[in-house]
Amino acid sequence: MRLELHGITKRFGALTANDRIDLDLRPGEIHGLLGENGAGKSTLMNILYGLYQADEGRVLLDGEEQHFTGPGDAMRAGIGMVHQHFMLVPVFTVAENLMLGHEQARLGFLDLPAARARVREISARFGFDIDPDALVEDLPVGVQQRVEIIKALSRDAQVLVFDEPTAVLTPQETDELMAIMRQLKESGTAIVFITHKLREVREVADRITVIRLGKVVGEAEPTASNSELASLMVGRSVELTVDRTPSAGGDTGLVVEGLTVLDARGHTVVDDVGFSVRRGEILAIAGVQGNGQTELTEAILGLQEHVTGRIELDGRPLTGLPTRRVLHAGVGFVPEDRQEDALVAEFSIAENLMLDRSDGAPFVKGAGLQRRALATFASEKVREFDVRAQSIETAVGRLSGGNQQKVVLARELSRDLRLFVAAQPTRGLDVGSIEFVHERVVATRDAGVPVVVISTELDEVVALADRIAVMYRGRIVGIVPGDTSRDVLGLMMAGEVPEGTRMAA
Amino acid sequence: MTAVRAEPATTGAVAMQRPGLKVPIALGVFALLAVLLLALLAPAGTSTFSLSASGSGAVQLPQIPLHARTTGIVVSLLAVLMAIGSGLLVRAGRRVPLWYTVVFAVILVVGFLAWATAGHTLPVTGLLESALALSAPLIFGALGGVVSERVGVVNIAIEGQLLAGACVSAVVASITQNLVVGLIGALVAGVLVSFVLAAFSIKYVVNQVIVGVVLNVLVLGLTTFFYETVLVNASDTLNSPPRFANLPIPGLSLIPVVGPVLFDQSVITYLMYVAVVAVFVGLYRTRWGLRVRAVGEHPQAADTVGIDVGRTRFWNVALAGAIVGIGGAYFTLGSVGAFSQNMTSGAGYIALAAVIFGGWDPLRASLAGLLFGFASSLQNTLGILGSPVPSDVLLTLPYVVTIFAVAGLVGRVRGPAAAGRPYLKG
Repeated sequence: MRLELHGITKRFGALTANDRIDLDLRPGEIHGLLGENGAGKSTLMNILYGLYQADEGRVLLDGEEQHFTGPGDAMRAGIGMVHQHFMLVPVFTVAENLMLGHEQARLGFLDLPAARARVREISARFGFDIDPDALVEDLPVGVQQRVEIIKALSRDAQVLVFDEPTAVLTPQETDELMAIMRQLKESGTAIVFITHKLREVREVADRITVIRLGKVVGEAEPTASNSELASLMVGRSVELTVDRTPSAGGDTGLVVEGLTVLDARGHTVVDDVGFSVRRGEILAIAGVQGNGQTELTEAILGLQEHVTGRIELDGRPLTGLPTRRVLHAGVGFVPEDRQEDALVAEFSIAENLMLDRSDGAPFVKGAGLQRRALATFASEKVREFDVRAQSIETAVGRLSGGNQQKVVLARELSRDLRLFVAAQPTRGLDVGSIEFVHERVVATRDAGVPVVVISTELDEVVALADRIAVMYRGRIVGIVPGDTSRDVLGLMMAGEVPEGTRMAA
Repeated sequence: MTAVRAEPATTGAVAMQRPGLKVPIALGVFALLAVLLLALLAPAGTSTFSLSASGSGAVQLPQIPLHARTTGIVVSLLAVLMAIGSGLLVRAGRRVPLWYTVVFAVILVVGFLAWATAGHTLPVTGLLESALALSAPLIFGALGGVVSERVGVVNIAIEGQLLAGACVSAVVASITQNLVVGLIGALVAGVLVSFVLAAFSIKYVVNQVIVGVVLNVLVLGLTTFFYETVLVNASDTLNSPPRFANLPIPGLSLIPVVGPVLFDQSVITYLMYVAVVAVFVGLYRTRWGLRVRAVGEHPQAADTVGIDVGRTRFWNVALAGAIVGIGGAYFTLGSVGAFSQNMTSGAGYIALAAVIFGGWDPLRASLAGLLFGFASSLQNTLGILGSPVPSDVLLTLPYVVTIFAVAGLVGRVRGPAAAGRPYLKG
């Protein structure tokens, strides 16, 4: 089935999310849709899928104009979608999820055996091993994604949209997904592959369309180089590698030993973790989301309740200290969810910059705020960290993600640090901001501070790390040198250490 | 109550759970109470448990005399043994099964009855029969609550729907002198209350708990006003509906004990049987149920497979109102035969408790309703017999049972994930 989008325009208030976008897709083709977060990729696909209605433009299937008023229409027309956040009901079985919305039923009674058979049939076609009666919430993420794919295929989707499908996968699962996409392509399905990851789109796509700020800015062949694609995507030439000299390597700063963290239900989420970080060194903690990295950083900051083990900074124990004293000990922290944990959206930039210094000089005297001192400080930091905002009184919630993260960095890096912990420091940021954040992290290291970077993005880990600790199911699988190959890291992220891997701890 | 409702999953998860210990402790406390009250403070005298319904029934069963002190000693001994047993089970790392707690509770109840009715004859069949009848509005209310919450709308307005159903059915049945039309009136009244709830909570995304509470107060005010200004002066024409007579089912109603309890009831109770089975089967076996549950668990997923979330919620909240409305008719057409102000007196909230106690499952919520109905019936019976417990204390019995059931025995139950959360597209 041939799909064409002509002049699709979608506005949200003053913002034009899609501006006269054209796109065409042929059967048996994988079309990469490349763009940064917020470029308008997902909006476009939601229009195609009937979740949004376009303000202008036409959707053609085999030359016939379509008017989708909801996802049901799009599905009937043969368009399927594998969502970034899976659209599966966690407490339903695989078979129930598969049949939801187009149930086979006799007199209203569900025909579950037919749904089970359908799951088995499609699974067999792709060599999946999926139990139709398993509850979706019990399945690993990679398998849930396959359920999403089966769900789309069970409605005879001719056009399949993958929306950032690799965000939640290990590198191995990503490879398997790409194999599945090629197999679908062989069988004649047309695929739209939405991503912001250059390597993946080059590996699997037949053609690439690049979107920036709601507009199509160019088409590219998969043979194009990373930097060509990146400059198309960002609109200027960008450095994809971080400039850094090898670590000087000073005295040991942070020591963690036998750290175990239990969650509220008593499950072990960090399991006997130990590592040390020298001054002037970046230790990256790699791993798929949800393998204990979040709890590990929170334990260092004193934000977790059930912590045993030893955390020492410059020979002084941090374990069991309240968060305020941990901060006073010279720990800078960039939380992984900046809107939830790092900033107060309704507060101004200036107020956010003093959030961790509300207990005394220079911004508080007696019970009163020293507004003038704060304004001077804020203006200085806004300039230094290149925060693009109308004034220091602008509410942080109205800034872009990149500028929000700059505010967080400005706050955390303008104290005398003895340790810097950055969790997912570039998540959801545009390439330009990523560059800026990475430079700052490296500069902090070069100033002789021990740095811990937690990241699920292998690119980021490889770009920044002097040493890499890989976490899997709450444990550290191994600590390896910063130049370890991606394949080895990928295997370690799935809990395996290949024979002959060099360790660095 | 509302705080528990708002985030059932999180409150459960945050509390550190020491699995199992809660049950042995609770059983132990009750066993000690049994020793104190039933054995040591036992009155002299004998209680007679009468198993045959007076007059009816082909087979006459013997009356069972229970000596109060002997029964008290036996029961409290059993209770202590069972409490110790549950402690041992937990120490061995096993969970205390539900049937264990149920058997414990039944033994205690028998002991309590023998104690409280010493020197009297206790009509066991009558007690159970009225328990079932009294639980009808609770079960209808709970079923409506289950349907509404399963589709994602918290239904605090059960009380208002019951009251509206009671008032409208009385008036309609009085005017038409037709019970079926009265029942339909109750159903319509429940649906109308639901429409308001649905419109505000789905279309205008007002907080569902607040809309529910406000509706309860509104319905109470309206019916009270209507009662005092109109019904009191025209009670002959507007507030004297016919009543549903008991309709014994031939054959089945002759079975000893079970027959009169289950099969010599009014049409409303029979409708209740049908409703419980229909909601249970419907929720888990049909297309309707699958969609309802999907919308209440993950509305966005339902939307992406072409299910209209808003419409599904709206009509199922209306359906819930219809179910609850029928329950409201019990108060007038099934029981007293006339409407009086605030005659539901909190039954809707107890039904809400049954929804949670039953873990949002129609069958278990109905059993919870039955338990609360039994407590009410017990309170009535003991009041009539003149037990040693003061009547004001007896009046609190159903509510005490509710609190213990919901707070003590429920533990962590997971409700529909999206209940209480409005669904906004995009």
